[in-house]
Amino acid sequence: MISPEKLFEQIALCGFTHVVWVPDSATGLLERYLESAPQCHLVRVCREGECFPIAAGLTIGGRKPLVIIQCTGLFECGDALRNVLHDLRLPVFFIVGCRSYEAWKANPNHADTARLYTEPILKAWDIPYVIVENDADAGKIVQAHGEMLATNKTRAVLLAEP
Amino acid sequence: MELADFLSALKEVRKDQVVVTTMASAREWPNYSDGPLDLNYAPSSMGQGPALGLGIALARPERQVIVLNGDGCTLMNLGVLVTIAGLRPVNLVLFNLENGVYEVTGGQKLAGSGRVGFTGVARSAGWERVYEIKEAEELRRELPGILRGNGPVFINVKLVARPGPSPKPRRPMPETLRMLSEALAAGSAGRQAR
Ligand SMILES: [Mg+2]
Repeated sequence: MISPEKLFEQIALCGFTHVVWVPDSATGLLERYLESAPQCHLVRVCREGECFPIAAGLTIGGRKPLVIIQCTGLFECGDALRNVLHDLRLPVFFIVGCRSYEAWKANPNHADTARLYTEPILKAWDIPYVIVENDADAGKIVQAHGEMLATNKTRAVLLAEP
Repeated sequence: MELADFLSALKEVRKDQVVVTTMASAREWPNYSDGPLDLNYAPSSMGQGPALGLGIALARPERQVIVLNGDGCTLMNLGVLVTIAGLRPVNLVLFNLENGVYEVTGGQKLAGSGRVGFTGVARSAGWERVYEIKEAEELRRELPGILRGNGPVFINVKLVARPGPSPKPRRPMPETLRMLSEALAAGSAGRQAR
């Protein structure tokens, strides 16, 4: 799992104006960094489906949003994501905490199925993504964000979680 | 009150606000206004109109954003009422158009139809400015005051159910969004220059 310091460092490098999020126990460690980040507003929402239309509105208004959710929230927000990315054709940069990613590496019969469906869902929605397993992978985040800016196409970052 | 009464009253007082419409209002509003600041949200993700309007309101705090949401849409994502109340965007106005049915799918009753009280839901979610309007005359009298002052403002408008077809976008959504983005950027530049 990437450390919150390293993750926040990468987020700060991308120059987001708003972070729209539903925390989980891993990305929740970002809270104190996000709360004290100058020039970046923290937008707390109730349910993940709200994240994508809020990010869409921010983008329409000329801002640079980042969405942070857990993979279970990714499952929840399918229609909102489909609409924003594919009907409205607005790219959104988002980070998905992949729950049980590390547990599945250790145990191929792990009880929590959250990891199993995450990558197939991203592929089904035509969303290119990178996997960040630890601090050594941190640079992939800024790189993926650069690709989104260059291509005007959505990029997701999958964070390996315990 | 008929939807047409509501829309024509809104048209009379609307100045340079962004207007986000959904479902039946997205179908009808282009007959009243169809400029760069009109975002008829179709095709949509049902229930996400207020979240879309919230994003625009947060991005452009100098610009009032008016969202027209069907009651079925509101019920589909009640949590956003709490999200909005928590963020307190002063420039967001949300009309809940209550007719008790899903109009564009043929007029089926909503879950909790006739029992749910939307103004109570909004107040409990943390909205401080909450109104309910039943008659067209009352609407015309109250609307200018409702749009003045700080939001977020929640207005429940009681409408007669008139099932009809789904909204059809008059232009491709990416083009609608490009026009809106440009209008917002130009408006912001104009305000800064003054
Ligand atoms: Mg309705």
